[in-house]
Amino acid sequence: MRWYYKLPLRLRSIFHKNQTELDLSEELQFHLQNQIDEYVAQGMNPKEARHAAFRSLGGIEQAKEECRDTRKVNLIDNFLQDVRFGLRILRRSPGFSILAILCLTLGIGANAAVFSWIEGILFRPYPAVAHQERLVAIGGTSRDEPRGTPLSWPDFQDLQRSCTLCETLFVSKITGTTLSIGDRAERTTGSIVSANYFDAIAVPPMLGRGFLPGEDTGQSAHPVAVISYQLWQGRFRGDPQIVGKTQRLNGVMHIIVGVAPEGFYGTFVGWGMNFWVPASMEDIFESGGYKLEDRGARWIEAYARLRPGVTFAQAQQEFAAISGRLAAEYPATNRGRAIRFWPLWQTPFNNAGTLLPTLEIMLAVVAFVLLIACANVGNLLLVRSFARRHEMSVRLAVGAGRARLWKQLLTEGLVLSLFGAAGGLLVAYWCRHALALLFPARGGVQMHLPGEIDWRVLALSAAVCLATTLLMGLVPALQTGKIDLAQSMKMESAGVVGVRGRAWVRSGLVLVQVSLSFVLLVGAGLLMQSLLKVRTASPGFNTRGVQDTAIDLVSAGYDAARAQTFQDALLERVRALPGVESAAFARMTPLSYVSSATTPIVVDGYQPPPEESPTVEYNEVGDDYFVTMGIPLVAGREFTRADDEKAALVAVVNETMARRYWQGRNPLGERLQLKGRWMQVVGVAKDSKYSSVREKPTPFFFVPLRQNSLRGSVLNIRTPLAPQTMATAIAREVHALDSNLAPYEVITMQEQLDRSTSAQMVAVTLVGILGGLALVLAAIGLYGVMSYAVSQSTRELGLRMALGASSSNLLRLVLSRGLALTGAGVLLGAAAALLLTRLLGNLLYQVSPRDPLAFGLAFAVMTVAASAACFLPAWRATRTDPMRALRTE
Amino acid sequence: MAKPTDLVQGTLDLLILKTLALQPMHGWGIAQRIRQVSKDVLQVNQGALYPALHRLEQQGWIRAKWGESENNRRAKFYSLTPDGAKYLRQEQAQWKRLSLAIELVLDTP
Repeated sequence: MRWYYKLPLRLRSIFHKNQTELDLSEELQFHLQNQIDEYVAQGMNPKEARHAAFRSLGGIEQAKEECRDTRKVNLIDNFLQDVRFGLRILRRSPGFSILAILCLTLGIGANAAVFSWIEGILFRPYPAVAHQERLVAIGGTSRDEPRGTPLSWPDFQDLQRSCTLCETLFVSKITGTTLSIGDRAERTTGSIVSANYFDAIAVPPMLGRGFLPGEDTGQSAHPVAVISYQLWQGRFRGDPQIVGKTQRLNGVMHIIVGVAPEGFYGTFVGWGMNFWVPASMEDIFESGGYKLEDRGARWIEAYARLRPGVTFAQAQQEFAAISGRLAAEYPATNRGRAIRFWPLWQTPFNNAGTLLPTLEIMLAVVAFVLLIACANVGNLLLVRSFARRHEMSVRLAVGAGRARLWKQLLTEGLVLSLFGAAGGLLVAYWCRHALALLFPARGGVQMHLPGEIDWRVLALSAAVCLATTLLMGLVPALQTGKIDLAQSMKMESAGVVGVRGRAWVRSGLVLVQVSLSFVLLVGAGLLMQSLLKVRTASPGFNTRGVQDTAIDLVSAGYDAARAQTFQDALLERVRALPGVESAAFARMTPLSYVSSATTPIVVDGYQPPPEESPTVEYNEVGDDYFVTMGIPLVAGREFTRADDEKAALVAVVNETMARRYWQGRNPLGERLQLKGRWMQVVGVAKDSKYSSVREKPTPFFFVPLRQNSLRGSVLNIRTPLAPQTMATAIAREVHALDSNLAPYEVITMQEQLDRSTSAQMVAVTLVGILGGLALVLAAIGLYGVMSYAVSQSTRELGLRMALGASSSNLLRLVLSRGLALTGAGVLLGAAAALLLTRLLGNLLYQVSPRDPLAFGLAFAVMTVAASAACFLPAWRATRTDPMRALRTE
Repeated sequence: MAKPTDLVQGTLDLLILKTLALQPMHGWGIAQRIRQVSKDVLQVNQGALYPALHRLEQQGWIRAKWGESENNRRAKFYSLTPDGAKYLRQEQAQWKRLSLAIELVLDTP
């Protein structure tokens, strides 16, 4: 109301304080002068008149103060005064201040860091891309795969044509290549995109152009590429004439038509993209041949930007309608399938999905850490408020309202948490790239998981800071409510170990700390156990004695015939190496990010139910593959050299596939059709894991490399030798055949498995670190409470000693009190953990959330930490000098 | 001189606004004017006058400006804002209704 009058006045009162004060004095002075004049006119002498005038005004200072009150400046004045006072108090007890601020920095910093990761990875993963808030990730679903299969190109194009609620749709499918520039070959990641990509995301290339309409049509028709700024600067040394030059990508010369701007890493959560090619080049980069006209080949990862104002529900409905039409129109490929979208943070096809559960858990964990830190600082403040009891009493006695005291205490808390927040943001800033560091390096591919500190993160951190202030400022503030003036002006009465009364607040805080950190310890224990289980679980193939590497012949420009000759020659040489038991080429490595090809199949004698169009993943493998990988065959035979392009087409299926499609009949000798070619089943392999250790048994089959694409570049070797030894040997053999070629890094299948479970590893590491931090904070809290209790009860201890208690009695007394507190905290924590660990759900693998081992371990760790924290105060108690203790009081 | 009547709570604001409705005036002048017009019946408590003026200014009913007084001293002159004039009309009507009602009660035999 009427702020246009008030605002200038208020601002003036604050910023021109002196001027306002002068005005006030002058105004009153004028009044006095007039009054004196009048009294003199009435016949008083000037001196008398002056006194009378002052009297009539009723005290000039009171009048001034009342005028100031009407301006409401006191509120701000008092606040500033409190802030100054708070700062002075902090300066005066630096030990307390540093400890408190450190606790808060850790608490708030951990929160801000996790906020920034969530913002940068889940909510705003593509900072350069326009209107990310309306971006959604598109995928397909079917009965078997409710969560995100890729799309086929024809489906995508139909969707693009008929979606009215989408502003734009674009494809961005991760791929990779070996870049040989100069004499260095290196693996790098890129995207296969639709031609509208750079327009759709509104990121125009800084040099050259994006893709032209139509460049995403025709088989290998448009060998053009846009490269990233990093690649341009790094490998091409910032060559200003780069546009128009050519670069071999996967064996095909591409014309570089543009350079993406700095700070653009593509649209994939996890790895930075270094090049982009149009979808027409798909068969150069993807397995399974030319797929742009194949509605059954699902390989596309796509995004859409919804029109402004369109709700998810509306758009989801339209997607359902369109995919329903497609299913009716193309039953052979689309029956029982739907297309839908997910918000970016649930994207099914990049690392957002992998990290989501981890980050959710982290959010809960850092909230716990913050609570524990608050409890610690609350405790510290509480101890200090006892020390300041006298000050508070005096303030109350001279007329300060309790509200005024509360305000002062909260302001002091605010000063502390502001320091904590500043430190915390610094911590978050340092940690913003920490997540990527926790993931193991993957042969030259760069992790890109940036935290994003934007206004939303800052606002959330500020909210956390305020909540912190309230939480910890409240404790001592509530205590002032209990100050009894008459009582506290008298002497403080001496305490007793385990005294009731005031001590319960502090003990309660420690109880909370102990129970919260117990929950974290249990969580860390559970995650650790499930990581061990995941890493030691048998994936169905041999992990220890098998190594793999790759020789990318396609990128090096080999044609099919030359590649075949090379591979045969290399295989012969490798098999002849000492220590090599067997070796085989394959198209893809299990558990790697490179997905297996999926294809619709027809099985002789299998009538699919109306809502199902059978689609199965498969791998192309060379002879001796099963023996090399250690995948047992339950029936039939393995592929041999004889299964070549001239022989009858054959396949090996796994047990799940045999069960599902031949339903009890023996599949050996039966036929299945792949891409229009019938092949005979010659073997049944035991189930193994293909894309993730945690997947359920999946139908899967194998076909011989020689009868298919011939483009398998992965070399699997069975050998007891160390990978380093193998690497040098293989490099030598490869060089002997072609001095320009170099193999990829050689890793064991165990390493491959470990890499595929790195998200779990990250979760364990983070929860472990924060659980340890929580434990330390809780121990500090316990230590603080116990030492305070001991220092407050010297008289009791002295008395006990004087009456003949031995120091071991005292030790036991103090220790037992501390451990009783811990025990209560552990009980509380165990109850909470039983409720909360279920939330770990997806991150746990073959471990019950109530696993007794995890609980037992947490209990043991907690007990050791608590004993350590209590021992020092207890030991100090035994050093009490009874004479001095009794004399001082 | 009769003992000055204490001002009823809240009526000081009304008196100040009414006085300022006639012409802009400084604090001293307002006190004098109220005394004169009320024939010395209403004595403004001078300690309360300035806080009241400042409060009214903060509320936006009146505005302050420095000027020269009749005896050539620098003085702070207050004047009514349009909002203040409206508020005064409202309060005046309210006061009349109230005093009429009190009169009715008191006059009942």
